[in-house]
Amino acid sequence: MEWDILIGILPSVVIDGVVTGFVYALIALGYTMVYGVLQMINFAHSEIFVLGAFVGAEILLILQAQGMLTAFHPLLLLVLIVVAAMVASGLLAVAVERVAYRPLRNAPRLVPLISAIGVSFFLQDAIRLFESLWRNAFFLTYPTIEFFDTRLVIRGDVDISVKSILVIVGAILMLVALTLFVNRTKLGKAIRAVAEDQSTAGLMGINVNQMVSLTFLIGGAMGGAAGALFGVQFGTINPFTGFIPGVKAFTAAVLGGIGNIPGAMLGGLVLGMLETFAASYMSLLTGGAFGAEYKDIFAFGVLILILMFRPRGLLGEIVREKV
Amino acid sequence: MRRFNWLLVSAYILATAYFVSVVPRNLPLFLLFMGSVGLLYYFKVPGWYRATTLVVLLGVLMPALGTRNTFYLEVATQIGIFVALALGLNIVVGVAGLLDLGYVAFYAVGAYTWAIVGSPQALQIFPNATGIFPLGGWWFFVFLLLAVVTAAVTGVLLGLPVLRVRGDYLAIVTLGFGEVVRVLANNLDKPINFTNGPIGITPVGRPPLFFAPLVERLGLPATPAALYPLYFYFLVLIVVAIVIVVTQRVKDSHIGRAWEAIREDESAAIAMGVPLVRSKLLAFAAGASFAGAMGVLFASKQVFINPESFTFMESIGVLAMIILGGVGSIPGAILGASLVTVLNLQVLKQFSLSLNAWKAAGVTIFGYRLADLPTQLEPAKYERMVFGIILILMMIFRSQGILPSTRRRMELEDAHGGAADPPADAPARGPR
Repeated sequence: MEWDILIGILPSVVIDGVVTGFVYALIALGYTMVYGVLQMINFAHSEIFVLGAFVGAEILLILQAQGMLTAFHPLLLLVLIVVAAMVASGLLAVAVERVAYRPLRNAPRLVPLISAIGVSFFLQDAIRLFESLWRNAFFLTYPTIEFFDTRLVIRGDVDISVKSILVIVGAILMLVALTLFVNRTKLGKAIRAVAEDQSTAGLMGINVNQMVSLTFLIGGAMGGAAGALFGVQFGTINPFTGFIPGVKAFTAAVLGGIGNIPGAMLGGLVLGMLETFAASYMSLLTGGAFGAEYKDIFAFGVLILILMFRPRGLLGEIVREKV
Repeated sequence: MRRFNWLLVSAYILATAYFVSVVPRNLPLFLLFMGSVGLLYYFKVPGWYRATTLVVLLGVLMPALGTRNTFYLEVATQIGIFVALALGLNIVVGVAGLLDLGYVAFYAVGAYTWAIVGSPQALQIFPNATGIFPLGGWWFFVFLLLAVVTAAVTGVLLGLPVLRVRGDYLAIVTLGFGEVVRVLANNLDKPINFTNGPIGITPVGRPPLFFAPLVERLGLPATPAALYPLYFYFLVLIVVAIVIVVTQRVKDSHIGRAWEAIREDESAAIAMGVPLVRSKLLAFAAGASFAGAMGVLFASKQVFINPESFTFMESIGVLAMIILGGVGSIPGAILGASLVTVLNLQVLKQFSLSLNAWKAAGVTIFGYRLADLPTQLEPAKYERMVFGIILILMMIFRSQGILPSTRRRMELEDAHGGAADPPADAPARGPR
């Protein structure tokens, strides 16, 4: 019976779901932190994520061209590309905030959102332009590194690839570091204060602009790390790759309760799982009538349902609208 | 002097029209000619003069020049389609203040409504109905009206669950909806073949050339190839005229006032007795209905549609139009639609062509041989970058647009540099 198939693929579906979920969680952090501080959707965050993926790919491709790909331990390579991606994406996010959002901070709400859409479009083509000039191709493939593709057998026919483990471990490390930073350090406290009430935080001697920049730096760095990990996990990227993961990560942030950091992590995991389950089982359960191509619709359906029934998300608190 | 403005304008129109007819392939001349519509709007001329000149300009000169270079007629038709789309989105975003990032979905609904029944595609769904489908050309007009209804209903269906949410959530939900419609169009070729998937539907039926014998009697060429571009140009022109009148009237009606009240302050609007959800739904439906009608025209004009025509890119393109022109302003939407369409269809393409010509000719700039540019570099495909820059610069330097509506202009001046500068955390004014 089909049940055997359904149960048989369950472990690998769960693993895929967790990996996707952690990538979404890392991206969702960028959305949720910026939203918490500025109450705006940083539409350009998906391109900040893509920049991370491109930085990772370029480093590996350049090393490969130099024949030095095997000279380093794969783990060292991974750390290298993730750190480089974090730096590049974090700085880009700060620059974007400085140029396109800060002049609009007191404008009506739609104004910075539209500016953010503009930044997103601009960055997509800017990356494409750069890659076209530099490499004469803008669809990049990560070089295969055997170590990453090695599959570890867990039990019987259930196995997991090394890169999946690395993505999960890397994401967890970063999530823990971020939680500690936001909750245990003075700067983290300052960010929370600015999110709570900008003008009062300013009166308490906190430099609001600096904290906003710091928020973008951290959110962007998380997005960049997600980009590099995404590239390692899925292989091919292009300048427009970020759109769908970006929208889904935003869904995850809303699912968890926007502005809420643990919520973004939870939301990412839940959405990643739901989506992977839908993608794997929909085709089996409907006899092939509806396949994995509907998983994007599924994610948007989830978003609409949350907004209808629990607009504050899983972990969000009720925010009364100020009149 | 002002009394002779009309003479100046007439002279300008006649001169540019003459030059275009002499040198039909010169792009800047054609743009100057099109600029005369703006001149009519800008100069103080008597109302009767403005009306008659506009009719002569768009109804006689434009098609006459279009026969000399069909491409210009195509451009004018495209501009018309986008003007209608921009005006529709303008109701939703500009007047009611609901940011809709999936507007093109309604356009797709209209296009597919007609494309499915107006082509052999319908036989895939009803294999036994060979005598009925594809529907004849006269049905085109029925479906032009029907698409208004289907798109409006789709708008209401989308609006019902999501219009209770706050502004920026709405943006993401509508974006998602736009993607959902595209994914559906892409994948509904099984289990029942509704949309023929990524391959698209062709040939989509066209309205009948009922006036062809008349044209023939006048001694003009009456082949479909010669008549259809003109035909669609006039159809689009009529629909755009209707759309402009409707938006103008609606904006000044009590519904329009309710929309503006919602845009300015939702809570205050509720307090004043504006039915919130009903008004928002109405805005959504009204905006969607224009897109639906234009979808039918588009499908029929192109004869072929596929999901590629209805991407997120298109939604942002229409949004860029109304932002460039001035959110909430009707002349602004028209200007924005014309500028962006011309930019897309002509300026970027022209630049691509010139670049390729320079490459082939071995031109060098500062010692750099253009022929060394990578082949992937294709300026015509960088419309995203252009839109992006337009959106950012407009937001930073002139967020009210080129031709802003009076109210919007006052509001933004107030928010930007007025004496009553709100503190950083004051609840955001305007649309939320």
